[in-house]
Amino acid sequence: MSERVGIEVSIALAEAVKQANVDVVAAYPITPQTHIVEHLSELVADGELDAEFIPVESEHSAMSCSIGAAAAGARVFTATSSQGMALMVEIVFIASSLRLPIVMAMANRAMSGPISIWNDHSDIMLARDTGWIQTVAENGQEMYDSLFHAYRVAEDHGVLLPMIINMDGFTVSHVIEPIEILDQKDVDKYLKPYDWAQRLDPKNPITMGPVGMPEVYTEARMALEEAVKASKPTILKGWKEFGDLTGRYYNPVETYLTEDADTILVTMGSIGETAMTAVDGMRAKGHKVGVARIRLYRPFPNEEVVAALKNAKYVGVVDRYLSFGGNGGPLATEIRSLFYNQSSRPFIFNFIAGLGGRDVTVENFEEMASDVKSLASSNSSELYQIINVRE
Amino acid sequence: MAKEIGAISWKELPLGTAVLEPGSSSRLKTGDWRSKHPVTDYDTCIKCGFCYIYCPDMVYSPTEEGYYEANLFYCKGCGICAYECPKKCITMVEDGSDE
Repeated sequence: MSERVGIEVSIALAEAVKQANVDVVAAYPITPQTHIVEHLSELVADGELDAEFIPVESEHSAMSCSIGAAAAGARVFTATSSQGMALMVEIVFIASSLRLPIVMAMANRAMSGPISIWNDHSDIMLARDTGWIQTVAENGQEMYDSLFHAYRVAEDHGVLLPMIINMDGFTVSHVIEPIEILDQKDVDKYLKPYDWAQRLDPKNPITMGPVGMPEVYTEARMALEEAVKASKPTILKGWKEFGDLTGRYYNPVETYLTEDADTILVTMGSIGETAMTAVDGMRAKGHKVGVARIRLYRPFPNEEVVAALKNAKYVGVVDRYLSFGGNGGPLATEIRSLFYNQSSRPFIFNFIAGLGGRDVTVENFEEMASDVKSLASSNSSELYQIINVRE
Repeated sequence: MAKEIGAISWKELPLGTAVLEPGSSSRLKTGDWRSKHPVTDYDTCIKCGFCYIYCPDMVYSPTEEGYYEANLFYCKGCGICAYECPKKCITMVEDGSDE
């Protein structure tokens, strides 16, 4: 039986890494990811986790060591946040191109500057085009659960891709939540020991990471594109089997009261729970509002997003990042482009909210749900707004 | 020819574009983008082996008579052999002009 305990989410995640019995942890501490790495170093030092803990000198080295260890056939864990992702990003691209199933947790934090340790989705978007699978957790239980799912998916021989599991920094990573800790027997049933597909071995020498001349590069990128897209059935199967084991079923897009909604708000991460509270209040006043929460970010769940939103009249997509001088946030831009070729589509407006730790409140969601309707009838060419800005 | 330069379908690429066979790069024809190639005048050649030593692509190999012969499969036409030859008996000739 699973045990439900009050525990800080970062510590619970580190315990999950222990339960997944990783071979190597190479990580550099950065706020708000620090507690995960600190706790893992304790677990290794105390002999509770039989793994190599590599105290690297930077995130660039953290990812380099992770790649080396994964290439040698080890199950590897690392973790980072914002500036750390920025420093390692050169090597992050290499991990996916080498098809090494590394799992990385990100406690999402704004990119400086000004210097901010607080939460938004800068780092998710920085890693967007790296060829890693990315999921986004809404709360601590989801983050704990996603660790096992990540190894299950990443190491599947039909996938073999690295995977980032995201949670909002502080608002999820540092809170104490009641979390159902899995029985080790259930973990072992769900997650088999790592069965590498290809590794560096002196008895059977291969070269990983050779130069890709113009004759090869396009084909190599095509192979990665197809691999990321082809990972989706395994991601879904992994969630289904996790649900069968624990009773907690996950989907690429989670919908809340969207079936009859004329207005749907789209969120990613922990603000989805605030949005649902706001929807409860608006429903009580007779407004037909729903929420669609994006859990799977890469590969992007096109079918599920269209299915969730196509019957709405008004869609407000909430981004927690902004592409400066572009057409708003990356999430909204992607959803809008997805609907362009659909025969019927809702009015889609983009709200930029919660940058660098700014709270996104129930009142904010009520305003957004109301604003998206009035914007639709205003014939404005405006595509996005940054909300909560002091003039 | 396609395989020589590694041009294959994306479906056939090994996982992670790994090279699965050690030393397979020796089969890649890298001497296909030079504009000039070396021609040795064996009447002047003193068998010193400078061309053999200096060539960065190991194009030259010794013959039974002690001369050095060029295999142009890897030759980039850099001209280092001609520059270093103490007897100036190596001439860089325009590709195609002596065929």
